[in-house]
Amino acid sequence: MLTYTIRRLFTAIPTLIFISLIIFLLLDMAPGDPTASLPLTIPPEVREQIRQSLGMGEPVHIRYFLWLKQMVWSEPMFYLSQSVSWIDAPDAARLISWQTRAPVLDTVFERIPQTLMVVGLAYVVGVLIALPIGIISAYRQYSVFDQAGTFVSMIGFSIPPFFSGVLMIILFTVMMPNDSFWWFPSIYDTTLIVDSWENFGKQVRQMVLPVMVLALQTTAQISRFMRASMLDNLNQDYVRTARAKGMTESVVVLKHVLRNSMIPVITVIALGIPAIFGGAIITEQIFKVNGIGQLLIVSIQGSDVPMVQTLTFIFAVLIVLFNLIADILYGILDPRIRYD
Amino acid sequence: MPNGAQPVLDVQGLKTVFKIRGGEVHAVNDVSFDLRPGELLGVVGESGSGKSVTMMSLLGLLPTPPADVRGGTVTFQGQDLLKVDAETLRGVRGGKIGFVFQDPMTSLNPVYNVGMQIMEPLRKHMGMNKKQAAVRAKELLELVGIPDAERRLKDYPHQFSGGMRQRVMIAIALACDPQVLVADEPTTALDVTIQAQILELMKDLQERLGMAVIWITHDLGVVAGIADRVLVMYGGQIVEQAPTRELFRDPQHPYTRALLKTVPRVTGDREERLAIIEGQPPILGEHPSACPFRDRCDVALELCAKQNPPRYDVGNGHDAACFYDARTGGPRDA
Ligand SMILES: Nc1ncnc2c1ncn2[C@@H]1O[C@H](COP(=O)(O)OP(=O)(O)O)[C@@H](O)[C@H]1O
Ligand code: SF4
Ligand SMILES: [Mg+2]
Repeated sequence: MLTYTIRRLFTAIPTLIFISLIIFLLLDMAPGDPTASLPLTIPPEVREQIRQSLGMGEPVHIRYFLWLKQMVWSEPMFYLSQSVSWIDAPDAARLISWQTRAPVLDTVFERIPQTLMVVGLAYVVGVLIALPIGIISAYRQYSVFDQAGTFVSMIGFSIPPFFSGVLMIILFTVMMPNDSFWWFPSIYDTTLIVDSWENFGKQVRQMVLPVMVLALQTTAQISRFMRASMLDNLNQDYVRTARAKGMTESVVVLKHVLRNSMIPVITVIALGIPAIFGGAIITEQIFKVNGIGQLLIVSIQGSDVPMVQTLTFIFAVLIVLFNLIADILYGILDPRIRYD
Repeated sequence: MPNGAQPVLDVQGLKTVFKIRGGEVHAVNDVSFDLRPGELLGVVGESGSGKSVTMMSLLGLLPTPPADVRGGTVTFQGQDLLKVDAETLRGVRGGKIGFVFQDPMTSLNPVYNVGMQIMEPLRKHMGMNKKQAAVRAKELLELVGIPDAERRLKDYPHQFSGGMRQRVMIAIALACDPQVLVADEPTTALDVTIQAQILELMKDLQERLGMAVIWITHDLGVVAGIADRVLVMYGGQIVEQAPTRELFRDPQHPYTRALLKTVPRVTGDREERLAIIEGQPPILGEHPSACPFRDRCDVALELCAKQNPPRYDVGNGHDAACFYDARTGGPRDA
């Protein structure tokens, strides 16, 4: 297992380099000018100078290697030098956003907590609701509960967040009386600091709507997976064996069937985790959560190439990483899988 | 064979129906039989004749729906298993009545090691703690002839061959010293040489442990070698019942006689071809009101299309459900 993991990590390196190159070239080919969003009064010579100072004059392969060196060496060294005293900060300058002039990674790390809190929590909530729904729906196939679950999943699958998000805002912010317990804010206040119980309550309340919108999607998908996987297993021979041994229904279902059914579902859950870090672009936009997703949109609109490049690269790293994690989990859960 | 003793299991008028889209399948129709202490009862019949469904119905092991056990009584230790509450029934399953199924490749849970799967019934029915159960599980693996038992407890089903897995299944079924062991075609999915070994093992275990065994098979040859008594099933009914020797000496039902012709004779003419019973077994959409075998029967009478024959006693503990009397070559004078 260990050698397998190490081997997989090594084969991930060329994959990631290739992905980053493709992203770089695509962004390079894309139309758009970093100075386009600057005031029109700036004369063309100054614009050209700005472009040169951003490194746009170099040929594309030089820029790519500079970016790569920055990503894998200078930036990690900078963060290391911040945390331990015996490493000096590298000479190279930080990778700077074209739009905000702030170091790209500092901005990213500032945004990640908001995204994790809202999108990550929504994922956890969605999964925790989905698993029991999937299990019960399969065990009581075609029951009223199962039909209701199917209906809710259909809604979760087919209604996009820009619709359900707005619907939630209309229901719980606009139409709900302001003093009602069921009133929730539609704007996420990032400046809120949780230093008292009162503010903690506020924080929870402002997370409710975006979490609900996102959790609905996750629940719809994962509960369907869980249900299908349970149904696959419920009429297997080993289930009959467990019953013939006199095991109670709860042991049969929650021990024998569930453990087998979880194998594919866990992989699906693990593969979905990078999407959390990617942020829920639309939902973050609707509820004004200034997370990663919103950052990506703003950077694309502002032709902020270093920021977009870095965000997409981080995203690629996470996808490769969680693919590996999913494969390893598979091996841990299923004794039939051997990695040697 | 201990004849006349109180039966361990007494089944009367069992009837099981499957509800399917647009109708019903009458899989078991009015089946009655008993199982005597220490005997090995063979149940034979073509595939689809209702052997498995009958045995699963006894312990409520069929999924409901689609299955519906509509009638009958199953008397075991003074209780009707079709009426007892779920907890009592679970106490019987795996505790007092053990089951071995046909396909050892799929009958064990792939994600748990075999030790855990053997210890599960021990802990439930015998109230053993983990340590005691582990000791007993090792003994059981030794009992069914698995070498290096202690180490193999930690192995998963996929690490065993088919024959070895069936031995594990037998160990599970025998774990709690059951009074009855039901073996549903336990050798059908195995290689011929392994079949013989498992057969040998079961026969040996039955003699040593003294439990009663119901052995389901579609192979009369197997029955001839091991069974004390035989039930022949056709179309969800018992069409003939007799002590093994008696059945082979003097088969009464046309179906049994056709079935006997399909058994290869070791001493017979090498050129003799195996007979094949023409036609298909019936799928019954309703309770049969005529003999289910009549379309394939070469001695069918007029009456056979109008009534379903009852089981006629023909002496020597032998009965057959047929209007035609093989001994006289004509209709039975009821
Ligand atoms: N789940 C089911 N749904 C509908 N019919 C079934 C089901 N299981 C078994 N049957 C029917 O019951 C009959 C008897 O099956 P079974 O007892 O398995 O035969 P066998 O003698 O080969 O063990 C078959 O004809 C089959 O059509
Ligand atoms: S009852 Fe009639 S049809 Fe049925 S087996 Fe006997 S003779 Fe044949
Ligand atoms: Mg069968």
